[in-house]
Amino acid sequence: MSTTVDRADGANSPDSSAPAPAPRATGKGVPLAYAGSGLMTASALMSWCYDPDVLGDLTLYGNPAPVQLTMLVLGLLGLVLAMSAKGPLRRLGAGLDTSRGAFRLGLGAVAYMALTLAAITAQAGGLVNADPGAWVALVGSLVLVVAGRLGVSRPSRNIGAMRAKGWVEILVLVALVAIALLLVADGLTLRDPWAFVLLLLGVGAAAAGLAGANAFTWLGVTASYHSRVLTLAAFVAAFAFPLTQNGSDANMSIATQVIIFSATALGLNIVVGLAGLLDLGYIAFLGAGAYVGAILSGSAFATIDWQPPFLVTVIIGALFSALLGLIIGSPTLRVSGDYLAIVTLAFGEIFRLAMFNLDGNNGPKITNGPNGIPAIPELNFFGFDFGVTHHLFGIPITRFSNYYLLLLCVIALIIVIFSNLNNSRIGRGWVAIREDEKAADAMGVNVFGLKLLAFAGGAFLAGLAGTIKAHHDVSVTPDQYQFLESAFLLAAVVLGGMGTVGGVLLGAVVLKLLPEKLRFFSEYRLLIFGLLLVLMMRFRPEGLVASKRRKLEFHEDDEHLADKVQTIHLEEKTS
Amino acid sequence: MSTAVAHDTGAPDAPSGRDVLLEARGVVMRFGGLTAVDDVDLTVREGEIVGLIGPNGAGKTTFFNCLTGLYKPTEGEVRLSGTVLPPKPGRVVRAGMSRTFQNIRLFANMTALENVMVGRYCRTKAGAFDSILRTPRFRREEAQTRERAQELLDYVGLGRSTELLARNMPYGDQRRLEIARALATDPKVLLLDEPTAGMNPQETADAERLIFKIRDSGLAVVVIEHDMRFIFNLCDRVLCLVRGKTLIEGTPGEVQSDPRVIEAYIGTGDGTEPDDPDDIDAKIEAQVEAREAREGGRG
Ligand SMILES: Nc1ncnc2c1ncn2[C@@H]1O[C@H](COP(=O)(O)OP(=O)(O)O)[C@@H](O)[C@H]1O
Ligand SMILES: [Mg+2]
Repeated sequence: MSTTVDRADGANSPDSSAPAPAPRATGKGVPLAYAGSGLMTASALMSWCYDPDVLGDLTLYGNPAPVQLTMLVLGLLGLVLAMSAKGPLRRLGAGLDTSRGAFRLGLGAVAYMALTLAAITAQAGGLVNADPGAWVALVGSLVLVVAGRLGVSRPSRNIGAMRAKGWVEILVLVALVAIALLLVADGLTLRDPWAFVLLLLGVGAAAAGLAGANAFTWLGVTASYHSRVLTLAAFVAAFAFPLTQNGSDANMSIATQVIIFSATALGLNIVVGLAGLLDLGYIAFLGAGAYVGAILSGSAFATIDWQPPFLVTVIIGALFSALLGLIIGSPTLRVSGDYLAIVTLAFGEIFRLAMFNLDGNNGPKITNGPNGIPAIPELNFFGFDFGVTHHLFGIPITRFSNYYLLLLCVIALIIVIFSNLNNSRIGRGWVAIREDEKAADAMGVNVFGLKLLAFAGGAFLAGLAGTIKAHHDVSVTPDQYQFLESAFLLAAVVLGGMGTVGGVLLGAVVLKLLPEKLRFFSEYRLLIFGLLLVLMMRFRPEGLVASKRRKLEFHEDDEHLADKVQTIHLEEKTS
Repeated sequence: MSTAVAHDTGAPDAPSGRDVLLEARGVVMRFGGLTAVDDVDLTVREGEIVGLIGPNGAGKTTFFNCLTGLYKPTEGEVRLSGTVLPPKPGRVVRAGMSRTFQNIRLFANMTALENVMVGRYCRTKAGAFDSILRTPRFRREEAQTRERAQELLDYVGLGRSTELLARNMPYGDQRRLEIARALATDPKVLLLDEPTAGMNPQETADAERLIFKIRDSGLAVVVIEHDMRFIFNLCDRVLCLVRGKTLIEGTPGEVQSDPRVIEAYIGTGDGTEPDDPDDIDAKIEAQVEAREAREGGRG
C-alpha cells in the first residue's frame, strides 16, 4: 500500500502528508505520464532560447547543450517509470512505486525549468527570450506531476528482495558510479554558477524521482551485497582521478582539501557514528596533530630543533592527540552525554586560545601565537619529495596529487579501522551502549572503556591526519582550527549519515565542494547550511545515506519501518 | 529485626548442605527519606530456586539493583562465592551473577543473536587491535561467540528467531531472549525480575519449564514473581518483602500459610493498615475477583 511505503521511507515530504487519494484504476495516470515524459524528452531537441550566450547555447534544434541533456535524462527516466507502470517494463514495475516516483520527478523537473527560465530572464534580459522548447519542457514536467498525482501504484513485491543476475547488478552499480564520476567531473569544469546550480537541481530531480519510486531501496540492498566490488571501484576511481588532470592543479587543490576534510570527518564518524558521543571540538585534535607536525618539521620557525623522520612525527602527533583525548575524556565520559558536548566545545576554544597565547609573551614560546608556524618544508617520505612533480607512465603527478594520494591511503586506513571495529565485539558493545546504556552496563559491557576507546581513537586518527595537513598547508595558525570547523565536520557526518562510510564521504564532499564552486553564495554559506541542517533533521534525521540500525533508532515507533528493515535484513542473510 | 525470619532453620527440602553461592547481609537502600530496602538478608545455595515476593513497591526490584551493582547500597554487603562484590554492574557480571529486567531492556534494534552476543562481551577478550587486524585469535573468538549465542537461543527455544530484530519479537519471546542474554554471561546465579509478567498461561508454563531446566543445569535462580501459583510450584524457598523489610523466609508451604503474608499483601493495597478484620475480608475478596477478571481476560 502506498501509505505504508510512505511511512516506511521515513520521508515526510509534503505530498505524503496529504490524504491519500481513494484507490483508482492504476491506468489512469499512465497515458499522461507517457505524454509528459515524451514532451520533456522531445523538448531537449528543440531550441530553448534566442540568445546563444545563455547557459552554453540553447538555440540549436537537434543539438542539445548540457542544460538540455539533463532534461533529456529526466524525460527518459520518466519514460522508464511510465513503461514500468504499464508497458514493456512491467516486471520492474512490480516493485516500484511508479506514480510517486513520477510525481516527484515531475516536481523536480518543474523546479529545474523554473530556474532555467529564471536564468534566461536574468541573463538575456526578459522572459521573451525563451523559445518554445523551454515551454514544452515546462508543460511536459507539469503533465508528469499531474500524472503522478492521478495514478495510484501498488507495488506488489518487495523491491529489496528483487534480485537480478550477479553480473547485471554489478554492471548497474558500476554504471551508476561512472555516471556519478562523469557528473562530478562535469560539474567541476562548469564555470557558470547558473549552470552549476542547474546541474545540481537536475541531479536532485532525478534522485527525488528514483527515491520516490523506491529505487534507492533496491540500490541500497544491492550495494550491500556487492559492497566489496563497490568499495574497490570507488577507490580505483579515486586513485585514478589525479591521472586525469594532466598536471593541472586547479581541481587537485580543491580535491586535496576535500579529502583532508573527508578523512577528518571519517575519524569523527567513529566517535559520533559508532559510539554515539557528541564531540564539538574535534577540530582541536586535528590542530594538535598539525602543531606537532609543524614543530617537528624542521621549519625555520619551529620552536623545537629536532626533526625526526616523518613516520615518527606522525606517531608522535597521533599519540599526542590521543593523550589530549584521554585527558578530556576520562573525567567527562563517566557522566551523561550532555557534559561531553559542553566540555569538548570548551576544549576546542581553549585549544585555539592556548595556541594563540603560547607565543613567548604570555607563555612559553611554542606556537609563535597568531603568526603560527610558517614555511613548513614539503614532506619527504623515504626520499620521495612531495613538493615536486613526479611522472607515472608519463603522466605528471603534481604536488597536490602527491598529498591527495597519501591522504587517500589515510582514508583507506580509517575506513578499514571503522568497518572492522564496527563488525566486532567492540562494535556490538558500542551499539548496545547507544541502545540502552544501563542494560549494556548490567550485561558486562565496559561502557566507560568503550567510550574512551572511541574518543581517544578518534583523536588519534585526527592527530595523524593533522601532521600531514601541516605539510600540505605549509603553515599552521590558530585560526585554522576554530569552532566553526568542528561544526562543519559534525554537519558532514550528520548530513551524510552517521555511522556509514559512504554517507559521511558524501556529506564531506558536498559540504566542502559546494562552497568552493558556489563562491557567490559564500556570504550566505552559514545561513544555507543552517537551513539545510534544520530541514534534514525534520525530514530525514538519519542522513542522506542511512544505516539500517540508525534509521530505526531515529524512527523509534515506526513499526512498518521495523518490519521492512527486518525483511530486507532476513533476505540479505538467507541468500 | 523483630520478625521471625527463618534463617538457618533448614527448611526440609532446601538443599542446605550445598555451598552458599550468594550471600547478602544487612542490605539497606535509602532514597532521601524513603528506605526502599531495609536490612534484608538473603542466602542462595547452589542449585536452588529462591522466590522473592511482596506487594508492589515493596523494594524487590531495588533489592535486585543493589545485588547487581546498579545501585550502591547505603549499607550492607553482597558476597558471591565468598568474595565481596563491589557495586559495579560490570564486576558483578564477571563475578558470575546476571539478571533480567522487570520492564524488558533488550537492545531493541539489534537481532536476537546480536543481543545474546553482547552478553558474551564480558567473557571474551578481543581488543581493538585484534578487531582491526582481524587476527586469528579474533576470528576464533568471534566464531565461538556466535556459536555459543546460537546454542543459547536454541536452549531457550528461540533457535528460529536468530535474525529477528528484538523489537519485532512477541512479548513472551522477548522475555526468553533476555534470559538467553543473561545466560550468555556464564552466570552462577541468575536473577529474574518478574519473568512471566504479561504472559498468557501457556507462556507462563513454558517459562516455568525453562527455569527448571536452568536450575537443573546447575545454576542458582532468584526470581521475583507475583503469580503465587508459579512461585509455589517453582521455589525451594521464598522470601517475602514488605515495605523494604523481610516479613518471612521459609518454604513455600510455610510462607503461604502465614497469615501475616496475606495480611501484608492485602493491607498495602491502598496504603492503609490492615487492622479491621472485616476490612481484610472485603479486600481479599476484591483481590481475588480482580485476579480472576484479569486471568479470564488474558486466557
Ligand atoms: N531510583 C529511585 N529513586 C527513588 N525512589 C526509588 C528509586 N527506585 C525505587 N524507588 C522506590 O523504592 C520503592 C520500591 O520500589 P521497587 O523496588 O521498584 O518495588 P517492587 O519491585 O517491589 O515493586 C518504591 O517506593 C519506589 O518508588
Ligand atoms: Mg519491581
